[in-house]
Amino acid sequence: MSKPVVATTSLSGCFGCHMSLLDIDERILDLIDVVEFNKSPIDDIKEFTKQCDIGIIEGGCCNSENVHVLKDFRKNCKILISLGECAIMGGLPALRNGIPIKECLDEAYLNGPTAQIGNEEQILPNDEELPMILDKVYPCHEVVKIDYYLPGCPPRADLIWDALVALVTGNELKLPYEVVKFD
Amino acid sequence: MRTIINKIIEKFNRNEARLMDILLDVQAEFGLISGDAVTLIAEGLNISSVDVQQTISFYHFFSQKSRGKYTIYLNDSAVAYMMGRADIARTFEEECKCKFGSVTEDGQIGLFNTACIGMNDQEPAAIINGIVFPKLTESCVKDIVNGMKEGKSVPEMMGELGDGENSNKLLNSMVNNNIMKTGSVLFSDYKNGTAINKLVTMTPKEVIGEVKASHIRGLGGAGFPTGMKWDFCSMAEGDERFVLCNADEGEPGTFKDRVILTELPNLIFEGMTIAAYAIGAKEGILYLRQEYHYMKAYLESVLDKLREENYLGKDIAGKIGFNFDIRIQFGAGAYVCGEESALIESCEGKRGEPRNRPPFPVQKGYLQKPTVINNVETLCSVVKIIENGGEWFSMMGTKETAGTKLLSISGDCKYPGVYEVEWGIRIRDMLEMVGGEEAYAVQVSGPSGICISKKDFKRTICFEDLPSGGSIIIIGKERNLIKDIVCNFMDFFIDESCGSCVPCRSLPLILKNKLQKLLDGNGVMSDLTDLENWSKNMKAANRCGLGQTAANPILSTLKNFREDYEALIKNKEKDFDTGFNLDAAVAASCEAVGRNPQI
Ligand SMILES: Cc1cc2nc3c(=O)[nH]c(=O)nc-3n(C[C@H](O)[C@H](O)[C@H](O)COP(=O)(O)O)c2cc1C
Ligand code: SF4
Ligand code: SF4
Repeated sequence: MSKPVVATTSLSGCFGCHMSLLDIDERILDLIDVVEFNKSPIDDIKEFTKQCDIGIIEGGCCNSENVHVLKDFRKNCKILISLGECAIMGGLPALRNGIPIKECLDEAYLNGPTAQIGNEEQILPNDEELPMILDKVYPCHEVVKIDYYLPGCPPRADLIWDALVALVTGNELKLPYEVVKFD
Repeated sequence: MRTIINKIIEKFNRNEARLMDILLDVQAEFGLISGDAVTLIAEGLNISSVDVQQTISFYHFFSQKSRGKYTIYLNDSAVAYMMGRADIARTFEEECKCKFGSVTEDGQIGLFNTACIGMNDQEPAAIINGIVFPKLTESCVKDIVNGMKEGKSVPEMMGELGDGENSNKLLNSMVNNNIMKTGSVLFSDYKNGTAINKLVTMTPKEVIGEVKASHIRGLGGAGFPTGMKWDFCSMAEGDERFVLCNADEGEPGTFKDRVILTELPNLIFEGMTIAAYAIGAKEGILYLRQEYHYMKAYLESVLDKLREENYLGKDIAGKIGFNFDIRIQFGAGAYVCGEESALIESCEGKRGEPRNRPPFPVQKGYLQKPTVINNVETLCSVVKIIENGGEWFSMMGTKETAGTKLLSISGDCKYPGVYEVEWGIRIRDMLEMVGGEEAYAVQVSGPSGICISKKDFKRTICFEDLPSGGSIIIIGKERNLIKDIVCNFMDFFIDESCGSCVPCRSLPLILKNKLQKLLDGNGVMSDLTDLENWSKNMKAANRCGLGQTAANPILSTLKNFREDYEALIKNKEKDFDTGFNLDAAVAASCEAVGRNPQI
């Protein structure tokens, strides 16, 4: 049987979740024994080269590019996992959700202390190359169907490891209380 | 400002437990509680500004920004909408040229939404500078706003006064009682003072015995046996005890306490006096919702009269050593303050956050002392129990629910109003009585109760079948149950959660979004399972009755009107639809930066 294929991406996240994935330490060697990586920042494959089994998503959607990437993942992966608070709930970036987008842009580019110097022409970025900002940050499952959620900010390395092993082996994931208790 | 605020603080003896009263006075004096006022109050009471601020931020009627010289609070309950609230709101906005939730540019008129103000039988209704304007029409809205533009005072704009005591000089209110049916307990003939005169010939034990014998259960909603509550309190350890009367009446659709407060205030105070005698309390508090502030002078005068007649004060009714007096504590707009432990917190001048229980209020209540809290109607009924005996009372009603109940009935029926009925009345008979035979659904006991369909109209109102705190809302065929009723109720809980428990703070909003998704046509069948499963968690995972019942509007309609939900799902096979729309999501930012969206 060929190895299950895994893809990962970071949308509107801080890469902390990917760092946590690397935190499985030497087990990464075991991991590449049992799975094959496709599109992912880990191996720097930029585009899908084949259908994947598992897609791991860090971060929610804050702009149009995030949405396109996420939809692309949905199309190319059998199973999608929302990894971490940002993917599941929007996380820190979603703090802007209560504020109209115009106010956010004004604060960031026109009125904020760091915008006073350097943006004398008072420009709001609108280059065609730039993705368009969404009215709020959306958790992934509000854009596409998500199959599993791994909570945490970031989720602990062991949890990611256990989840991947469970998926690959088909065994049930054990979730003792300590693993899902956060305060 | 300093002198005025100091005077207010002095009036309440610099007692931080009276912070609510101090804030209410400051808000009334200045129309807002400014940052400077907060500092002055904090200094005056020797507490931190944050303590003052957190209380302010909790209550709807306190504000740190001006809400206008004229402040209009328009009820946004489901029944208000049934009675034409949307047109009234639109007219206010057009006439004032400002939106709800804001103040006109000249700072004169503020338009605000507010939860049920206890006027469901005469909606649409608004509270303007404390005065209730019931049965608003578009033309009276125009007159009111014109009056404001001319600088008239609010009393000058009033119309005809209401019936009964509502036209008493001290009440001076346009509200109508709408008493549609009187029964043999509350509205029976009674000579004021009779029960107190009898009371002082009994021992406290005998009084509790009589209340127990009546089998009366609390009429505020939870139905706890009153005699047992008093017994527990009298046995609890403490050097002082208190009697609190719950007149918060916040459950949307309830307005029976309003009518009792207007027509039978003596009974309330006598009932509190009886409870005080039974448990040995010297002080009582009537916790009255801010929406009923127009009753203040009237109720104070009733208290004064009772003091004159020696039914309150020292050696009551000639009984040496029986001392008891009552003060009125106003709330400031918070449904959760009807919950007994939140009510206590509020009486102590704090945020109305429910306490963990145990200890129960009968053990550690107001100021951590043993406290009895009863609903207005319970205390009034007790007066008649003392007058006529427990057995007399226990003969009425059903096996497990003795006595009568005041129902506040509103919505799609011919004769909305207050009805005193024996417990055990069949829903179908009730509908006939109020001219609501055409009902599609009946909401029993307000948003926190349940919504029943025709197949349940044979059921009866009593604790062994359909319990009710008094709110009955009749919903006609022409209504969109999910959009007009369920969503409105969910908005209510979203606004009113105190925020302590995570599920109560967040789930109602998440559930409401799910409902909106269904209404937008993006629903799939698994949304219904989600709604049900998530809603079920609310009961177990929240601290107080608010959170525990906040998903009831969804749970009971899913059970009794599932077809209404399924009708919203066009494609039953589809397993996923987020309803996410990229065009819509980028529209605002593209407009802000002046860019053509290229999807
Ligand atoms: C959210 C919430 C709101 C409540 N509101 C009221 C109210 O407005 N009036 C009332 O009498 N009881 C209300 N209750 C019930 C009280 O907690 C308490 O049970 C009642 O006042 C006891 O009096 P009773 O035994 O005479 O009914 C409420 C309970 C909850 C959980
Ligand atoms: S969940 Fe935490 S670690 Fe992961 S991307 Fe968001 S902020 Fe970073
Ligand atoms: S259930 Fe809701 S209202 Fe009650 S204490 Fe918890 S958060 Fe507050």
